[in-house]
Amino acid sequence: MQRILKILFFLLILNTNFANSITAENSTKLLTTDWSFKGLFGKFDRASLQRGYQVYNEVCASCHSLKYVSYRNLSEKGGPEFSVKEAKAIAASFEITDGPNQDGEMFTRPAKLSDKFAMPYSNEEEAKSANGGAYPPDMSVLVKARAGGADYIYSVLLGYVDPPENIKLDDGVYYNKYMYGNKIKMPKQLSDGLVEYSDGTNATEEQMAKDVVSFLMWTAEPHLEQRHKTGFRAIVYLIILTVLVYFSMKKIWSRVETNV
Amino acid sequence: MSDHNYTPSSKFGKWFNDRLPLLTLANHLTDYPTPKNLNYWWTFGGILTFCLITQIITGLVLAMHYIAHADLAFSSVEHIMRDVNYGWLIRYIHANGASMFFLAVYIHIFRSLFYGSYKAPREIIWILGIMIYLLMMAAAFMGYVLPWGQMSFWGATVITNLFSAIPLVGESITTWLWGGYSVDNPTLTRFFTLHYLIPFLILGLVVLHIWALHVPGNNNPVGIDIQKPSKDTVPFHPYIVIKDLFALLLFMIVFAFFVFYSPNILGHADNYIEANPLVTPAHIVPEWYLLPFYAILRSIPDKLLGVVAMLSAIFILAALPWLDTSKVRSAVFRPLYKQFYWILVIDVLILGYVGAMPAEGLYLLIARVATAYYFLHFLLILPILGKIEKTTPLPLSITSPVLGGSADLVMAKSIDVRKEKL
Repeated sequence: MQRILKILFFLLILNTNFANSITAENSTKLLTTDWSFKGLFGKFDRASLQRGYQVYNEVCASCHSLKYVSYRNLSEKGGPEFSVKEAKAIAASFEITDGPNQDGEMFTRPAKLSDKFAMPYSNEEEAKSANGGAYPPDMSVLVKARAGGADYIYSVLLGYVDPPENIKLDDGVYYNKYMYGNKIKMPKQLSDGLVEYSDGTNATEEQMAKDVVSFLMWTAEPHLEQRHKTGFRAIVYLIILTVLVYFSMKKIWSRVETNV
Repeated sequence: MSDHNYTPSSKFGKWFNDRLPLLTLANHLTDYPTPKNLNYWWTFGGILTFCLITQIITGLVLAMHYIAHADLAFSSVEHIMRDVNYGWLIRYIHANGASMFFLAVYIHIFRSLFYGSYKAPREIIWILGIMIYLLMMAAAFMGYVLPWGQMSFWGATVITNLFSAIPLVGESITTWLWGGYSVDNPTLTRFFTLHYLIPFLILGLVVLHIWALHVPGNNNPVGIDIQKPSKDTVPFHPYIVIKDLFALLLFMIVFAFFVFYSPNILGHADNYIEANPLVTPAHIVPEWYLLPFYAILRSIPDKLLGVVAMLSAIFILAALPWLDTSKVRSAVFRPLYKQFYWILVIDVLILGYVGAMPAEGLYLLIARVATAYYFLHFLLILPILGKIEKTTPLPLSITSPVLGGSADLVMAKSIDVRKEKL
């Protein structure tokens, strides 16, 4: 029994390390912060998600889309949990192209809860031409799409430093300590006091980066809280069942003269 | 195996069983005499059955929501993750289930290697197993393509391009596989079709695998034949069923940890970027369970020979019952083989590691040495070992070590050796 547990534990460690060694392509040590969503009981910090939405909306949304996220998600459980009224008001502040109507015309209308987030550009080409040829990636699953995850995005947001002397940068290219290849076409976005948080939190660079990355973690994993909760229950259930089955097994095998 | 005649007790049961002997089959399965001394490495057959069924059931649900189209696949997966009830759970079980399936199958295969389960009279079981393993790799590879992320697309491109190494007709075969001149929508739809089909082929082979197993019965840790069934075996039910269930539950705990607490750790971040034929990822890496073969492929500079080496690495396993010339099955009684066995395990782990690294410099050198050793093990070491190795004495029956009071093999062996000295 003990041996089996040891073996299982060993396999678990082996697997995790193995996967880590594969994903750890970036040698620069990433910045991190006290993420509330990490760990067995990790949950999102509602206030942080709401502030994160504000940062996204005021800073990122002019270039980066969130095409898999709907306005209704903003009021759903396990997310920023805006009230339905607030979410409706947020949706209504955006214009969405709908149609065709009965006359065959496309028209714009205020967004509803059921709509996906409004797109900053009408197509990829427009986005590229507005950003010096670089396409600002959709941010719905961005945190999961980068090795290093939340830490990586957080680091990139805070990683703008002066380039080393031997590196020459073209126009519209910026130096970032943590970006792959260190070159990024997005200029530094965050600076102290850039947004005015409605809950009075001091909008330092780190605070805004933390809030917006938390928000993006939520957009990437909207069911994270439920996953952690269900996971804990499932594993406790499995452990209890395992113990019961273990004793049943001992009892059954006691009929033959051998050990299990 | 159980040759005794079975008659159902009820009248209807008898009527039915005369026409379709399902009850006889059920009786055979529950009574099936199983060696008493099976250790926990033998529980992985049951675990693998569980894995297959889990993959089929979660796969069915996913297929109800997934859209096999190059423009819609990625967003349909996001739809599953966000809007389908418990879609995230079903998808994470399916994605991690593939890894768990391979983890279990590798343990199952290496158990067989250690205890010589592939040797006569079990060669057909072994070969069916290799066929299942091959199909598993095909299914896993195609499944990984379906989300249509960057790794899906480029993995598919790299692997299908291997066929172009075939002389003369290679290019045409590749075009035929793609259904076009590059990996595109036709490739995706056919991969989806095949991904749906293969698990059922595997299921069929599993039935044959188990059928073939039930002819000679299980091998066991001491690797000798059953002398007296009444003494050496226990009925499958309840003894093995409860033990398999216990092991399965432990396995499920590990499985659950991955699904609930690190569902993406075994995947690659790039696969959350939608496929883009114009942007090649920095490193194209297959899933972890294919890495040893990927390392073998890349260790050989010539493309065609690389493909041949990679395929040989799998097919050589099918010849194993004849390459291993030793009459003794279990490594417990083969002091030299035991050491080479562990070297092979380490060799395969090294291959897996370098498979994940860029194919250059020291990594490439290590990959080449490890590849050479892999083939050396099967083609040279095993045939010679069987001839020159001095094996330790085998127990008379599997009950003698069992009655020695411990199922622990080392103990059992030492008790046996002591008995012999007396």
